[in-house]
Amino acid sequence: MKHSFTSKNKNTQLKEDAIKTLLIVASTISILTTFGILFSILFEAIEFFKMKSFWYFISGTEWSPGTENSKFGALPIFAGTFMITAIALSVAIPVGLGSAIYMSEYASLQTRDFLKPMLEVLAGIPTVVYGFFAAITVAPLIVKGAAFFGLEATFNSALASGVVMGIMIIPVISSLSDDVIRAVPDSQRKAALGLGLTQAETIRDIVIPSALPGIISASLLGLSKALGETMIVVMAAGLRPNLSWNPLDDMTTVTVRIVDALVGDQAFNSPETLSAFGLGLILFFVTLVLNIISLNLIRKFKEKYKVNTL
Amino acid sequence: MILTKNNTNNTNPFYDETLKKRHKKAARFKGFTLTSLVFSVLFLIFFLSDIIGKGIPAFKQAYINIEITYNEKSLKNTRLSVEKKYRKLVSRAWLRNIPRQVKENPSLMNTKTHQWVLADDQVDQYLKGHYYKLKEKDLKTVEELKKYSFLRLSFTTIFFSNGDSKIPEYAGIKSAFIGSILTLLVTMAFAFPIGVMTAIYLEEFAGDNKFTRIIEININNLAAIPSILFGLLGLAIFISLFGMPRSSPLVGGLTLALMTLPIIIVSSRAALRSVPDSIRQAGFALGLTKIQVTKDHVLPLAFPGILTGSIIGLAQAMGETAPLIIIGMIAFIPDSPSSFVEAATVMPAQLFTWAGMPERMYIEKTAAGIMVLLTLLISLNAVAIYLRKKYEVKW
Repeated sequence: MKHSFTSKNKNTQLKEDAIKTLLIVASTISILTTFGILFSILFEAIEFFKMKSFWYFISGTEWSPGTENSKFGALPIFAGTFMITAIALSVAIPVGLGSAIYMSEYASLQTRDFLKPMLEVLAGIPTVVYGFFAAITVAPLIVKGAAFFGLEATFNSALASGVVMGIMIIPVISSLSDDVIRAVPDSQRKAALGLGLTQAETIRDIVIPSALPGIISASLLGLSKALGETMIVVMAAGLRPNLSWNPLDDMTTVTVRIVDALVGDQAFNSPETLSAFGLGLILFFVTLVLNIISLNLIRKFKEKYKVNTL
Repeated sequence: MILTKNNTNNTNPFYDETLKKRHKKAARFKGFTLTSLVFSVLFLIFFLSDIIGKGIPAFKQAYINIEITYNEKSLKNTRLSVEKKYRKLVSRAWLRNIPRQVKENPSLMNTKTHQWVLADDQVDQYLKGHYYKLKEKDLKTVEELKKYSFLRLSFTTIFFSNGDSKIPEYAGIKSAFIGSILTLLVTMAFAFPIGVMTAIYLEEFAGDNKFTRIIEININNLAAIPSILFGLLGLAIFISLFGMPRSSPLVGGLTLALMTLPIIIVSSRAALRSVPDSIRQAGFALGLTKIQVTKDHVLPLAFPGILTGSIIGLAQAMGETAPLIIIGMIAFIPDSPSSFVEAATVMPAQLFTWAGMPERMYIEKTAAGIMVLLTLLISLNAVAIYLRKKYEVKW
């Protein structure tokens, strides 16, 4: 019986093998993409580091492309990226986490159904729109606000792009944190409340510590997103590498310099253009490490509480 | 908790001195979480009203009623068709159309007509009460015209019917809109089949082995790689290595396809996973092969979920800018592209270009473009939610 069943369908069998092969080939495309990104950046970056010293690149403080004796010390660029990212996270983490706690612990179902889409709209706004808003509306407000306190801010201040970037990242942090907090078993809350803790104490001392790996994971994802964000900083932050601690100063970021290097008119194999790939390589590895740590934390959390909805 | 209400004296052995303080602290904590949520919502309202307030004026533009002379001279030098006094007030782009007008309607030749003519952007900005640059004598003329209502703001479809222009009053979103459609067609043509096939393989065929785990980790990671790095990939591989035309919807679409892939894979897998195993087992019991079960039974049932995820991925690709700038899709494109290999721009890239223009009028054009883009994105998401609600099956 079995024999006749398979022999009658020999053509079907061949066809099925072909389809299965096709499916496997499709699956490898995502891997090829990752390697494609890695190698396309790596090869050009190697070209760049053949021309310019790698050590000066990561530790030098002078960035002067296009000059006679051009120097590529990216430290001021890293510092600017760090500053804007720090501003963004100091907005996004408290607000995102606060929103997540309210939605998962306090809000009624109706309120939740109403508020969650609001945050999702925030997540769906294209970054070029945030960039426009940062440059046209927020930056002048910051200049005026600073003048009110007798301070001087530029129209390309790190603060303007940092704050708007922070708002962009709120939904990244709130949505994942919300899922994680809700995955903490209810028995933990009931036990804590039963022992006489207030609801706030339960959240702070029991729920948050349990959900901490997930919350850290969400924050790392937000950090990775902030480091790689391009449009907001291209439109609202400065172009000038500037080693400064003042958030009202103009600063530049890795992504701004990548865009600036590649939309110019220089020859493709000039160090000016190739510097974009040197910066891209650093960005790739830093975000890769952050993503892997973040994914591992969330995987461990899932295993611990046996949830698979995250 | 009841204790706090009744026992203010210390007779109750359970009474805790610090309880009042702790409750205050709890209220403060709740207040903080609520504030942060309200902050997000208020921002959204402020943001939307700011954009709408800036964008609405773009749909009305200044028109000026003056005499236009059609003769040999004015065909050669279109500026001469307008009286000298008004020359600076009329849109240069409008004047360029005079020869075409005569060509279409030869009886216009050697006539003089009074008509409503598109005004220069500075006149427009003056009427809207924004910052403007007009010479004193021009300003006087404008005020005079305004007094006799030969100058007015009226609704126009210029923003929808025109492509990009270096003359702000003549710029529109059309060429970028067409560019977006072409680019997204390429994106979906690649990302949808490959994404769904990957999901089917991972969910239905692959065992729990190393290869599968690597693909899985890789997909999750790919979703979090900064979008600008996809632009570097597009530049180095599609343009430099494969020699595809720069700035074209083909390269842009392929780059966006690689970015959209993880979204489609993740949502398709979730949709496939939600189909109960009993469906598969019933198929096998009837002697169907694995492929037949998947193709004829599992896939149709999972399709609404797959479609929803793909539309959400499409919406995200539509708003993406950074990788497209890297591959050169910010070129100046006045006419709509008509093929996948010619230079094009997309809506978000167009907004980026306009936002960097010095003329004040581009700000309102940018804001208007944002309104169009957000409307499209919200509609796409609404369609996705509608499909999910309509075809959702509770097993």
